[in-house]
Amino acid sequence: MRPLFGAGIALISAFTLSSGVASSEQLDAALAGSFIDNGQATVDRLQQDAVQAACHQSRTQPADAALAATLRQQRLDAVVFPADGNFLGDWQRGAEVADNGRGLQSSDDPAQPNGGNCYACHQLAPDEVAYGTLGPALTGYGARGQSEPMLRYTWTKLWDTHAYNLCSHMPRFGAQGILTEQQLKDIMAFLLDPASPVNQDL
Amino acid sequence: MIKKWAWLIGILAMPALSDDGIFDEYRDLMGDDNPAIFVIDEGEALWFEPQGPRSASLEGCDLGLGPGVTAGAYARFPRYFEDTDAVMDIESRLLYCMQQLQGRDRDALLAKPYSLRGDMGTELEALVTWLAAESEDAVIAPEQAHPSERAMYALGEEIFFYRAGPHDFSCATCHEQSGMRIRLQALPNLTNHDEAAEAFGSWPAYRISEGLVRTMGWRLQDCFRQQRWPGLKLGSEVSVALQTYMAVNAAGGVMTAPGLKR
Ligand code: HEC
Ligand code: HEC
Repeated sequence: MRPLFGAGIALISAFTLSSGVASSEQLDAALAGSFIDNGQATVDRLQQDAVQAACHQSRTQPADAALAATLRQQRLDAVVFPADGNFLGDWQRGAEVADNGRGLQSSDDPAQPNGGNCYACHQLAPDEVAYGTLGPALTGYGARGQSEPMLRYTWTKLWDTHAYNLCSHMPRFGAQGILTEQQLKDIMAFLLDPASPVNQDL
Repeated sequence: MIKKWAWLIGILAMPALSDDGIFDEYRDLMGDDNPAIFVIDEGEALWFEPQGPRSASLEGCDLGLGPGVTAGAYARFPRYFEDTDAVMDIESRLLYCMQQLQGRDRDALLAKPYSLRGDMGTELEALVTWLAAESEDAVIAPEQAHPSERAMYALGEEIFFYRAGPHDFSCATCHEQSGMRIRLQALPNLTNHDEAAEAFGSWPAYRISEGLVRTMGWRLQDCFRQQRWPGLKLGSEVSVALQTYMAVNAAGGVMTAPGLKR
């Protein structure tokens, strides 16, 4: 990849695209020429995996139902459940993980633990007013109980949301290594423990 | 007035403001006053100031409407320029003029195009702010006559939906639905004409939390930071393409910049 500005003005002419539709070559060239490594946010992050590519091309769900089913099954098969069979950690620590919006940005310290940033998209504890709305409200989630299927469903949703909803807007916290197994257990408790603020009335 | 500004200096000295209440309080106090007015004046002075090895001003700079024409020029960006055979945004066009007319060094100009929190603001930020003010109330009308301009739109649309990175985010994750917010921050739907017009037309903007004017180029690289993507280069193809995508979606709307943001 050539440095964009080092070569001066001449290089700008590379921006002259010829057709009215962006080909994948044009897209790749544009991405390759427009970004630089910034701390832990390196340019290799622009490489898509199979799910990202399928969801990008279709923008919602792949039109090819067989492809979607295959990808979903692959994600489901790759889910790693807790080694000790114990799904529930400490809801108090989980509350901190849900609140922490940092992690994996160029501006974040890689030595600090990543957050789950759940409040960016979900309402959780009813007394926290600074919640986003990109995802459904999860207040009272614990009312669904702690049956084995419920534990496995919620864990899978957190580990790799694409295993259920291929092009979900929610990050894959386990599969992408955003959160550790212990952090996920703590979040599970935050969602499901009857004593957690998520499951209290205001 | 003096009291007002003393209060302002106090608020700017504070770290990041993240509270809507304070923002509303500030708005009430300031009324229509936007601290960007000082930056507008600074940008205008810089335009006419001889600088660089050639000791030239930017008065000969062609922003698309002819050399030296500034009124309404911002509202027509991004656009194709024959002299560079490229679609450019306002920031890269200014850098080009600084090189061509003033003989200044591109790497030096790009060493720090955007200010850091607590800085005074850069030359580029001031110039962009003044030029935006020169387009106040102008209709947003990016050029789309040249094939390269239309291709740039198509590329911008593709990038808007491109999912990548550890969080699988694209611009669309946060900006393709209406009425959504992250935490308490409202997210414009940039695929919608009215919302794109309001958002696009209000940048550059004075950010109260930072005490600085920020440009659209800065806004994009900061959203990419939140997207967990690497660093976006100023004036790069992706930056110009996304600005073209937003400007065309906003076309017909009205420029209100410089805006005032939390
Ligand atoms: C960027 C947005 C985003 C973030 C961040 C996010 N989610 Fe989600 N989440 C969603 C969306 C959108 C849905 C609904 C679509 C779906 O199920 O895939 C969802 C669905 C869910 C569901 C399933 C809801 C149900 O009714 O079955 C759970 C549980 C959940 N999220 C928990 C979490 C937790 C816990 C975190 C933080 C560790 C989190 N989410 C972070 C966007 C997000
Ligand atoms: C993870 C979430 C997220 C992603 C991804 C994201 N943005 Fe944003 N964007 C935001 C937030 C939050 C704000 C409001 C910031 C503020 O209030 O300071 C915002 C603000 C903006 C604004 C200014 C809107 C206004 O009315 O002032 C524009 C324009 C914008 N984003 C464009 C983009 C583009 C283009 C992309 C893709 C490159 C993108 N964003 C990706 C979260 C995001």
